[in-house]
Amino acid sequence: MNALSVRGLTKTYHNGVQALKGIDLTVEEGDFFALLGPNGAGKTTLIGIVTSLVRKSGGEASIFGYDIDRQLEVAKSCIGVVPQEINFNMFESPLTIVVNQAGFYGIPRPVARQRAEKYLKQLQLWDKRNHASRGLSGGMKRRLMIARALMHEPRLLILDEPTAGVDIEIRRSMWEFLREINQRGTTIILTTHYLEEAENLCRNIAIIDGGRIIERDRMSNLLRRLHTETFVLTLAKPLTHSPSLPPYTVRLVDEITLEVEVSKEENLNRLFALLSDLGIEVLSLRNKVNRLEEIFMRLVEKGAAA
Amino acid sequence: MSTLVEQSASRAQPLSMAQVRRVGFQTIVIREFNRIIRIWSQTLLPSVVTATLYFLIFGKVIGGRVGLMDGFAYMMYIAPGLIMQAVINNSYTNVVSSFFGAKFGKHIEELLVSPLPSWIIVTGYVSGGVVRGAIVGVLVSAVALFFTHLPVEHPVIVVGAAILTSVTFALGGFLNAMFAKNFDQISIIPTFLLAPLTYLGGVFYSIADLPGWAHHLSLIDPILYMVNAFRFGFLGVSDVPVFYAFAIMIVAIIGLFSAAVVLLDRSSGIRE
Repeated sequence: MNALSVRGLTKTYHNGVQALKGIDLTVEEGDFFALLGPNGAGKTTLIGIVTSLVRKSGGEASIFGYDIDRQLEVAKSCIGVVPQEINFNMFESPLTIVVNQAGFYGIPRPVARQRAEKYLKQLQLWDKRNHASRGLSGGMKRRLMIARALMHEPRLLILDEPTAGVDIEIRRSMWEFLREINQRGTTIILTTHYLEEAENLCRNIAIIDGGRIIERDRMSNLLRRLHTETFVLTLAKPLTHSPSLPPYTVRLVDEITLEVEVSKEENLNRLFALLSDLGIEVLSLRNKVNRLEEIFMRLVEKGAAA
Repeated sequence: MSTLVEQSASRAQPLSMAQVRRVGFQTIVIREFNRIIRIWSQTLLPSVVTATLYFLIFGKVIGGRVGLMDGFAYMMYIAPGLIMQAVINNSYTNVVSSFFGAKFGKHIEELLVSPLPSWIIVTGYVSGGVVRGAIVGVLVSAVALFFTHLPVEHPVIVVGAAILTSVTFALGGFLNAMFAKNFDQISIIPTFLLAPLTYLGGVFYSIADLPGWAHHLSLIDPILYMVNAFRFGFLGVSDVPVFYAFAIMIVAIIGLFSAAVVLLDRSSGIRE
């Protein structure tokens, strides 16, 4: 069964901006799905329509088969949403916020209190449960929104930039948490600017740009299509001009930094042999960007050029 | 993060929409009640202080020189109107500030993404306004009893008029919050419409004492009917037929409630 199915979805805002230009997308139940795109691509509009915060201009959308036009209430009861912007009452405590949210989904207060303890503990917020939420750190606020979204134990969890502004340690522990939720059967749709995050967590991916889906594939297939990688070499001695290293494409970034594009079929031994022949000593080597970032940039740039 | 425990096993069975609506409504009302109590110095205290000053100045100091009004001591005559004034202001203010605050702080989205239908959300917020109106009404009544004896001739009319008035103005507050774009716009109507209509609505005098043109002009003020119905419940006297008051309030409630639900469904000013 599809957790999410959208067909021909369009959205034109009052100011005339056409945010979605006919989106077709399906996400299977149990998937961990990445929805990527540059700023203003239409990701948040798409999520807004699915969660009923934005009214669509045209097209159809359904959640687990429930059409959002005809069975909106049942469709919404299946979704938990973690929005991009903080949107809880800053004057209320985390405990109050999550218990109330459960109530809005019909969960009786005794059950809501048990779940609140479970999720606030899992997200390391239990000690802060009675503090005013405005006093929480940025990372805590993000985790509170995840706990809130889980209170009615939704079948589909939608996370819009859930780790924005969160330090790397907490981000990684949130990844682990989300992986576990997904393994227990919850379908997850994730939008993120951290492409490393999408590459690590998601099995399937769609890239949206200019209001259209420009790519939809398994993550592994997409990464396999990347034919070259760029390596950044730090040199022991400065160079005055870029060396010639055929068949590699080389760029001298500064006098001790060299960027070399290497085809997937090439091995690095040949590159190092050429460098040794020229008397160039390499101190360190790293990937310029992660693989998904590279393919993402190519797809988006291709879309912009078209 | 710690390990998940029995998440999929404990996932709730689908709830009936009737339960979702019932629990959702209760949750909104409990949240509103907790808000009223949490900021009691802003929600409950001002009306008690204002009413005390009114009773001291208009009742004790000036009232003694006014003499009888419709056969009652002036303090006793103005008491129902002052209680009703507090009920009107607090029912309106509670909903307009709470709902606009939720809109401004974006936590209204908690409700908009939930499966609750618009009529439950409107009913929940309005009930919060009625709860605050009732609490303040009781507190101001207690203040009134400190200054004067207050008979209750028709208890059902007292309770009925108080509740219907409270619902009417809570709905008015909801609509104001729906349209408001900034905090200035939630204070314009209470300051420039509600306050004049209340003061000119027979709280402090009987319109029988006004000259002809002013008497006729007063009859288009809906608050006049509410204040007089409430006063009739206590003292058994009214400047207007009590039936009119209840008819006006019921028609207003039906109209305002329908408008609030339709606007929330369309989410004017909330959804894009």
